[in-house]
Amino acid sequence: MAEYRLTTPLDEKTVRELTVGDVVYLSGTIYTARDEAHIHILEDLRKGREVKIPLKGGVIYHCGPILKREDGGWRVLAAGPTTSTRMNSLEPEFIEKMGIRGIIGKGGMSKQVGEALVKYGAVYLSFTGGAAVLAANGIKAVKGVYYEELGMAEAVWVLEVKEFGPMIVGMDAKGNSLYEEVEAEVDRNILKVKQKLNI
Amino acid sequence: MVSLISKDIIKSTVKELLRLASIELPIDVKKALMDAYEREVENVPKMLLKAILDNIELAEKTGTPMCQDTGVHIVYVKLGDVEVEGLEDAIKEGVAEATATIPLRPNVVHPLTRKNPGTNVGLNMPYIYIDKVKDGFLEITVMPKGAGAENMSALAMLTPAAGLKGVKEFILQTVVKAGGQPCPPGILGVGIGGTADVAMKLAKEALLRPLGSRNPNPEVAKLEEELLEALNGLGIGPMGLGGKTTLLGVNIEVAYTHTASLPVAVNYQCWAARRATARIYPDGRVEYISHKRG
Repeated sequence: MAEYRLTTPLDEKTVRELTVGDVVYLSGTIYTARDEAHIHILEDLRKGREVKIPLKGGVIYHCGPILKREDGGWRVLAAGPTTSTRMNSLEPEFIEKMGIRGIIGKGGMSKQVGEALVKYGAVYLSFTGGAAVLAANGIKAVKGVYYEELGMAEAVWVLEVKEFGPMIVGMDAKGNSLYEEVEAEVDRNILKVKQKLNI
Repeated sequence: MVSLISKDIIKSTVKELLRLASIELPIDVKKALMDAYEREVENVPKMLLKAILDNIELAEKTGTPMCQDTGVHIVYVKLGDVEVEGLEDAIKEGVAEATATIPLRPNVVHPLTRKNPGTNVGLNMPYIYIDKVKDGFLEITVMPKGAGAENMSALAMLTPAAGLKGVKEFILQTVVKAGGQPCPPGILGVGIGGTADVAMKLAKEALLRPLGSRNPNPEVAKLEEELLEALNGLGIGPMGLGGKTTLLGVNIEVAYTHTASLPVAVNYQCWAARRATARIYPDGRVEYISHKRG
């Protein structure tokens, strides 16, 4: 288990070196993107509209934060990850078309997303679910917002981060998934649990 | 002489309850998370629990909601032998004002149009349960519940032939299927018996009971302990990334049921098991039961 301190944008070589179980702290810029942002960005692309968010080599964050208006700008109060599986059906195309190198979320993602990570060179980073104030602590400024009309939770917030973490590489670009490893372990444990429960 | 509990005092109490619940976990939950941290030996689960404990401390220190999913609001009212003014309106206004001032994330939307009123108030939301009791106070409990865990809830209408084994099997499958998605280590609220709706209601109410307490019925209490120990053997662990602690507790409530039915409901609670209770007396005194008020 190695520990990495990385800065965005991420290059393919660095990303491909990461292995499940590694710990990552991230500095630079990350973009929140959950259900609606994925749907709208992909729809805009399909309709030939320009998507101005500079996501190439970028990192998206499955997160719907709480922000507060302050001095004409925004301040992030709480910003933990949301359940990533909801984006399963949208993420492979998103990775391919937007050229992102990292996804931050919780709960892991599907095999199809794992395949896209391998094909295009990206990783899935697990941030502790619910640890919203800890996350906000690593967010230094809100630099902008796209799709603000989608509302606070669903808009794409441009966040400046410093030592954002700790995050665990949950799925890497080599085809490994920590979630799948745990699931396999759980499958092996089920029989034992059933015996304990007398079923 | 009976004096009136005013709408204003109900509203301000609801606001304070939501603030307390969002920012500070009940002591039993905090203790269970600390115990879990001590119990884990591997790097990953220990690190995740450390992040949770750090987060709890930071939330309290900065007066910030501990999780950005500040949930939707289910409110439990015990209406004693007291006169109250505008109870339901006061609760709804309290939720709307708390949303603006704490602030809470505006989560409540129309289920089909997905239109967001921005206040966390809409038709049947907050959802308010009112039980008439004989006490000399009005007791209000708020339970903000995030979607990640709530979405893992499940109901099975088993056949009586499935019996206790069927009940255990369904609970096991629900926990396995949920994996890391409901932000474990969590608490399992289970309702057994009644009808479909009663079982679901009991499953959620079971989560109001502090960790470490047991159902007064010894057989049900034994089932709670048996399930907790066995299910932690699954190895799902904090956030589904492996470890000894998948559940902090299993609380079960039971209702008598139809001779042809065996409903089982599971309500999954994430580690951020937020709840807060206060009693309002006719003389205007407010007593916060779940939290020491700062």
